[in-house]
Amino acid sequence: MGVETAAAAAPLYRIEPPRGWLEVRLREVWEYRELLYFFVWRDVKIRYKQTVIGVAWVVLQPLLTMVVFTLFFGHLAKLPSQGLPYPVFYFAALVPWTYFSTALLSATSIVVENQRVITKVYFPRLILPMSAVLSGLVDFSIGFLILVGVTLGYGLRPGFAALYLPLLLLLAVATALGVGLWLSALNALYRDVRYVMPFLMQFWMLASPVAYPGNLVPQRWRWLYGLNPMTGVIEGFRWALTGHGQPPSALLLASAGMVLVVLVGGLLFFQRMEGTVADLV
Amino acid sequence: MSDVVIRTGQLSKRYRIGQREQPLQLREVLTRTLRSPLRLFRRAPQETFWALKDVNLEVRQGEVLGLIGRNGSGKTTLLKILSRITRPTSGWAEIHGHVGSLLEVGTGFHPDLTGRENTYLSGAILGMRKNEIDRKFDEIVAFAELEKFIDTPVKHYSSGMYVRLAFAVAAHLEPEILLVDEVLAVGDARFQKKCLGKMGDVARAGRTVVLVSHQLNQIRRLCHRAIWVDSGTLRQSGPAAEVVSAYEAAMTAGDRMSPARGNGAAQKARFVRWEIAEPQGSSPHTLQTLGPAKVRFLLEVHKPVCHAHHGIALYNAERQLMWGYGTDNLDLEAGLHEAIYEFPSLPLRPGMYSWLVTLWDESGAVDLWESVPDMLVATESYQHARDEWGGILNIPIALKIGACAEPNFAAVAPRDGSPA
Repeated sequence: MGVETAAAAAPLYRIEPPRGWLEVRLREVWEYRELLYFFVWRDVKIRYKQTVIGVAWVVLQPLLTMVVFTLFFGHLAKLPSQGLPYPVFYFAALVPWTYFSTALLSATSIVVENQRVITKVYFPRLILPMSAVLSGLVDFSIGFLILVGVTLGYGLRPGFAALYLPLLLLLAVATALGVGLWLSALNALYRDVRYVMPFLMQFWMLASPVAYPGNLVPQRWRWLYGLNPMTGVIEGFRWALTGHGQPPSALLLASAGMVLVVLVGGLLFFQRMEGTVADLV
Repeated sequence: MSDVVIRTGQLSKRYRIGQREQPLQLREVLTRTLRSPLRLFRRAPQETFWALKDVNLEVRQGEVLGLIGRNGSGKTTLLKILSRITRPTSGWAEIHGHVGSLLEVGTGFHPDLTGRENTYLSGAILGMRKNEIDRKFDEIVAFAELEKFIDTPVKHYSSGMYVRLAFAVAAHLEPEILLVDEVLAVGDARFQKKCLGKMGDVARAGRTVVLVSHQLNQIRRLCHRAIWVDSGTLRQSGPAAEVVSAYEAAMTAGDRMSPARGNGAAQKARFVRWEIAEPQGSSPHTLQTLGPAKVRFLLEVHKPVCHAHHGIALYNAERQLMWGYGTDNLDLEAGLHEAIYEFPSLPLRPGMYSWLVTLWDESGAVDLWESVPDMLVATESYQHARDEWGGILNIPIALKIGACAEPNFAAVAPRDGSPA
């Protein structure tokens, strides 16, 4: 192959100082999709290699939480469950919630964890939080299969509502990514962000209808409650799988709008940070 | 159409001094902002320095360019900007072609993954496509000589095996432009040679290479052109041999403006140069013998020092301390002094080493000098052919194996120690 032809086809990169806020390079992420795939693949491989019980852990974690919730919130506290058997009621919430919290936590720490690579090679840094959010989907799929099994085991038959599930999952992914972009950028800039994370996750879980049905929240506060996108996701999951409970309302649209704002803001903030993070290490 | 593939204009990079030691606590930033909200919009006055200042550079297609200069002179910053790891503060650069950067050996390696998995991962991080790695995989493994261990997690590899695999992956990168920082200084001499050969092939294939190295002979051998970077600016550019010689001459003449040390006048004393005084070889910084050697350090004393302590340390390229020694109660008059160390042998495995020489008096450190240039040990190897069994010493042994002349020896001192 002639060197000239190679040079003619070669891309031109122009390197300049960072300018302003509005500079999102999403096309570049597409060019690096293979590396995104490899990051997801690495995450999944390592996760299943490091834990002795591997896949079992992914199954056990939400399953045991479900048992605890069923015992304490269900049978002891006798919280209402929208007519659903407690295990189904809790598990349908815990599967999306576990996905969301794992994805958000790993997105938050992924830039800091990969600082060594970041200072040695260029790639769009955006694919790091993206890979964190995507690799969580593997665990989610396993959890989801069990969820379907549990639902069917209790004699519940999902109807056409189940077609909403991919949309609801997309909303959860977008929320984890949007918030993850903010937090991973902040975490790279300020080392104490990780100390806030356990508190944040606990607070967020209480602010989502994981352990209780969302209709316990008084009507006049529902709009505020609906701004938490995970409310729509969790209530939507219960409804889409079983037909019981709250069907998605206008609140879900509000959630989606909220997520869009967080996501776009996160992209801008993250790319703003991207320029300096290699210098901070 | 010109064949320039890298062009920069007034490329500059400014760092804040102590950027690494910033508060970096969200808590502090928040409390500060709450106390005086306007401060957030005001730039705190900070000391800055230019790691790179107004660099204008052109690299042609197919050229192999060497960057030389002291530590902290801006070579690595330049490579980092060209590889888009960090962005310039001002100025611009234009690059025609895919860039591969090799700033570290084993970028992206994960200890829990196998050699095979790491080959794919590291290859992808360095910019290879999956089908490209598929195609080159067998070649990479053969180059690393790790056919048997490719499915073993790399945490079980010896450092030599690890480096070989990391290198093999990197050596098979085929971007149009390759940026390399100092990574050729690792591994055993034989493997280094193999990598240098591969680099030569890359250059001959018409690819453009920009190489940072402290091994000046490597620059001489591989590069067409060299640029001497000094305090963030390009001090000299031209044919590699010429620039390297000028740099070498300046370094040995005590041309040192390292920011870590004061300038000569304020200091009571300072080390100015070192050399291998005996035996004299092609270069005063290359050790080619395992026999006796004399190493000489020159010390300029400006004001007399009393009850001083002088220390010396020898490090290998991985910053492992090879040997150290100290002397107390030195009284030195003003003037030029020399310290001559006579070694019966320096049994070091071939590679790069550096000396650290120090002088302390009662008030503290007078001078700490990291030798420039490094010492290259280029001796014959008396080590196990397998890198992981070679060890750090290169002892010139003689070995005879034959019939035992004292047949009763085994009976006199049996191996289990029991009396015969």
